[in-house]
Amino acid sequence: MTTRIGVVTFPGSLDDHDARRAVRLAGGEPVALWHRDRDLKQVDAVVLPGGFSYGDYLRCGAIARFSPVMESVVEQARGGMPVLGICNGFQVLCESHLLPGALTRNDHLHFICRDQRLKVENAGTAWTSDYTEGQEITVPLKNGEGGFVADERTLDELESEGRVVFRYLGSNPNGSRRDIAGITNAAGNVVGLMPHPEHAVEPLTGPTTDGLGFFTSVLKKLVQA
Amino acid sequence: MARVVVDVMLKPEILDPQGQAVQRALPRLGFDGITDVRQGKRFELELEGPVDDAALARIREMAESFLANTVIEDFTVRVEESAEGTTAGAAS
Repeated sequence: MTTRIGVVTFPGSLDDHDARRAVRLAGGEPVALWHRDRDLKQVDAVVLPGGFSYGDYLRCGAIARFSPVMESVVEQARGGMPVLGICNGFQVLCESHLLPGALTRNDHLHFICRDQRLKVENAGTAWTSDYTEGQEITVPLKNGEGGFVADERTLDELESEGRVVFRYLGSNPNGSRRDIAGITNAAGNVVGLMPHPEHAVEPLTGPTTDGLGFFTSVLKKLVQA
Repeated sequence: MARVVVDVMLKPEILDPQGQAVQRALPRLGFDGITDVRQGKRFELELEGPVDDAALARIREMAESFLANTVIEDFTVRVEESAEGTTAGAAS
């Protein structure tokens, strides 16, 4: 039986197709999920894709958080289901309080779009087990509100518990505190990051294939479970 | 009809690059003497019923859970009287 990975489409999602394609290239079965549908169609994991859900009105991810599909995603994530939030999906995870902190406007105010080097700092999450700690990967980064902020105590806690999953290498692209590009929850099943692994899964369209590891990691974990 | 105003501002310790950009533009436009600008959001809520304690408690709950993200933002809730002439500062 193939492993089913759901990808949510909100109004304004942009990267749901690429996320589904990445799941397929990794060997999983992508399942399209709809924001107004509470039913997760018995998927084994969920990806919240990049884009501008609900036009980013109010705050990025703030309205998506209250969509029917998110009620089920939050409940299942608390029960241990792997959830990956990419870019806007990361913002939705923070707004949903599945991950701490918040994403704010880039400190230089520019939308940034470039290939970004990252350091993998935690290879123990559901989405990063196919990487090694300290590994460098390069995937696209594209956002206007990607500055990760949290109070000092939360930042210290994230660092001491090894919950910083990715850090930016080279110049900090958006003013994120402590160069944080991605984090995980305490259980390691929920991961959020601003860069886009789903755009780096095949040589024709991506700068590398470094992003494929996210999807192969979670597939392996689900097969073992 | 009763109006309740919710103001949402980034917390003082959170960088406000938009406010900074506005502040930096002011001298170019001939507005001197402004040392800092912080940009926020204002929500004007029109209420169906009376603005009693219960209604205000609900609005505070709404502000805390939705209108503001209290990780990065503070909010204030106040009642605006609807009688004419009370919109202070609106005179030109």
